Amino acid sequence: MKKSILIVGVGGQGVLTAANILAKSALKEGYNVITSELHGMAQRGGNVECAVRIGDVLSPIVADFSADAILSFEPLEALRNLKKVKEEGIVITDVNPIIPPLISLGMGSYMPVEEIFEKISSHCKLLKINADEIARKAGSLLAKNIVMLGAFSALNIFPIKEGSILEVIRESFPERYVEVNIKAFEMGKESINEDMNESI
Amino acid sequence: MELLGVGKKILLGNEAIARGALEADVDIATTYPGTPSSEIADSLSAVARYLKSIGEEPKFYFQYSVNEKVALEFAAASAVSGLRALTCMKHVGMNVASDAFMTYAYVGCKGGHVIVTADDPSCHSSQNEQDNRLYAKFASLPMLEPSSPQEAKDMTMEAFKLSEELELPVILRTTTRISHTRGVVECNEFEMSKKHGKFEKNGLMVTVPDVARKLHPILLEKMEKAERISEESKFNIIEDFGGEDGIITSGVSYNYVREAIDDLGIKCKLLKLGMSYPLPRKKIIDFMNGCRRILIVEELEPFLEEQIMAIAKEEGVNVIIYGKGYSSLSRCYEYTPDIVGKAMADFFGMEWNKKEMSINVAPRPPVLCPGCPHRATYYAVKQVAPPDTIYPTDIGCYTLGLLPPYKTADFLLCMGSSFGSACGFSHATKQKVIAFIGDSTFYHAGLPPLVNAVHHNHDFVAIILDNSTTAMTGHQPHPGSNVDGMGNETMAMDMESVVRGLGVKHIEVVDPRNIEQTKEAVKRALEFKGLSVIISKAPCILLGRKKRERVTYEIDQDKCKKCKICITKFACPAFYFDEEDIKINESLCTGCGVCVQICPFNAIGRKSEGIK
Repeated sequence: MKKSILIVGVGGQGVLTAANILAKSALKEGYNVITSELHGMAQRGGNVECAVRIGDVLSPIVADFSADAILSFEPLEALRNLKKVKEEGIVITDVNPIIPPLISLGMGSYMPVEEIFEKISSHCKLLKINADEIARKAGSLLAKNIVMLGAFSALNIFPIKEGSILEVIRESFPERYVEVNIKAFEMGKESINEDMNESI
Repeated sequence: MELLGVGKKILLGNEAIARGALEADVDIATTYPGTPSSEIADSLSAVARYLKSIGEEPKFYFQYSVNEKVALEFAAASAVSGLRALTCMKHVGMNVASDAFMTYAYVGCKGGHVIVTADDPSCHSSQNEQDNRLYAKFASLPMLEPSSPQEAKDMTMEAFKLSEELELPVILRTTTRISHTRGVVECNEFEMSKKHGKFEKNGLMVTVPDVARKLHPILLEKMEKAERISEESKFNIIEDFGGEDGIITSGVSYNYVREAIDDLGIKCKLLKLGMSYPLPRKKIIDFMNGCRRILIVEELEPFLEEQIMAIAKEEGVNVIIYGKGYSSLSRCYEYTPDIVGKAMADFFGMEWNKKEMSINVAPRPPVLCPGCPHRATYYAVKQVAPPDTIYPTDIGCYTLGLLPPYKTADFLLCMGSSFGSACGFSHATKQKVIAFIGDSTFYHAGLPPLVNAVHHNHDFVAIILDNSTTAMTGHQPHPGSNVDGMGNETMAMDMESVVRGLGVKHIEVVDPRNIEQTKEAVKRALEFKGLSVIISKAPCILLGRKKRERVTYEIDQDKCKKCKICITKFACPAFYFDEEDIKINESLCTGCGVCVQICPFNAIGRKSEGIK
């Protein structure tokens, strides 16, 4: 078994934390797991990507057209990394753009989100989620990454039980933040389930 | 604490190295932080501080040294005194340490000494992508190259033993994709002991010419022994997947090769060189004799390839060897599963039919954080400096001054090159020169060029951006800090006294968050004939951010005349256009308040109610 996903977003959105929680959950269930991340320059508002691979895997980098899913915390970042996901795969993305500061300076332009979604849909399955809104409802915008994890978990792409992820979430945050993160996870998961029911 | 636990843990390659050092009962660890090596030392610093917090005295000593050369010299003294030592640095840090390093190979050590060089193919956070495996050959020192976090730990432990057996420091060479990969690592029970070194004098540790001439052949003898060890090393492994052709690889590339063998169903023999210097000559000859053709898969320089070609030639082995230049295998940038997969598909005559997809989206380069004091300094400087001013810069977050609208970075080579090159620019041209350097970099490599500038009376403005930390690499302390990597109180250097002590005549200390004051200081410095120094002092905005009271600013849309100075000149990332209006993103605003001073229409004010 080989499963790979890519978690992408903008520095500060909690991409690495989400990847770490997923990796620890996989280990809890006895899977081999690899993640790879980039530090340094990438932290200051730049784009961030982190691969999470489980099973019979060795390479820290995901090959093109081989990821089972991209979990994107920002629409443009989903498109930037689209090449990584296979055609049978899925992109789950938040819908709220973060405009790169260079664009405010008049350098380049931010592609209209509808166009971004169209391009993604023409390659693979696309699932949109307003993770900002859900995180706010759950109690903190900072829990956006956990909302995204909840959504990912609902899709059963990794054979990891929800209970293991919740356990790692409990271990990963100081006590006063645990509740809001668990709520964020549940609400992220429900948003996908509702979505699925609607499409049926 | 996770890093001290037992059993299977998910560790970063760098954490695995730290864990290996702890399990090997390391006594001394030194570093100068640099991506992608930083977390090795940061982990040890965290362990030391954690142990102290629970009332235990750490059994090892750890230090963020002033630079890599001092870090290496400190550890070398410990190792020749019989202690186990670890020194970690990024690849270009080895250049700084290399003066000590090259001769240290002659002198050797008694306690095990592992020198970690973390290379950065593709320059993810570096000024070049030099291949430090060449340092092993250059200095004649043994080298191990892990392919995974587990191996990073195992090899660190083995390297201590190897170092003691050979009485030579041993290089552990990683790359970004090993240092910054997390994987499952088996963590065993361990106990550490507090030891004291004993320096025993002998006539062979003062490397005057006569001694050095005696030491060189001794080093070569030790390396002959190292080659015999390499022949038997458990890290030099042959795997047989059938077929007549062979692949030789090392480091992270092994993973790409191994997955390509699985995915493409390739039949071949595979030699993985974990101890990649000195090479196991006999093992390589035997391997080549069993093959018709060989493909060498290694990132960056043809380090293995040139040596293996030479071995084949010398031994008359009849085999065709392919490496750099074959198919997709280049000397530039890190390899990926696709680069290696394509080369292997071509080599084994298989189809490689991955379609192309070109995605053209706006780049998202890293930027100075909202509230970063460097932005205020750059803004003030650009207001008063002549347009053709030359801005030599240095290594740190502030190198991002390169980006518009500041464009306060024109020339950069390495740590400390700002002041050194400023001496040259001020002499070679009639342009004004304003050189920037960070506080940690100033202590690391900025002092000698400043001495040079004082001594020769070079005419430029040196601005030290003092944000009280080594921000770029993760906020490590430096000689200006009052706590060290062990959590002990230290003697913090007073930068102004240091500069004054060097004989600089014109010095001003400013808080860049006061724009007018900073502009005036820069004007005076530019008018001063000779060397002038401005210490632009304000803490990194990320320091203590969780403890600060949360204030944010907002724009009064009635007063705003849309002159856009806040966006086009100041360029704080918290500002954005909402249709025609300019607004401040309250989740990004850090409340530094500098923008209030740059708005000509007094349209920016403190938001009355705090946000959640």
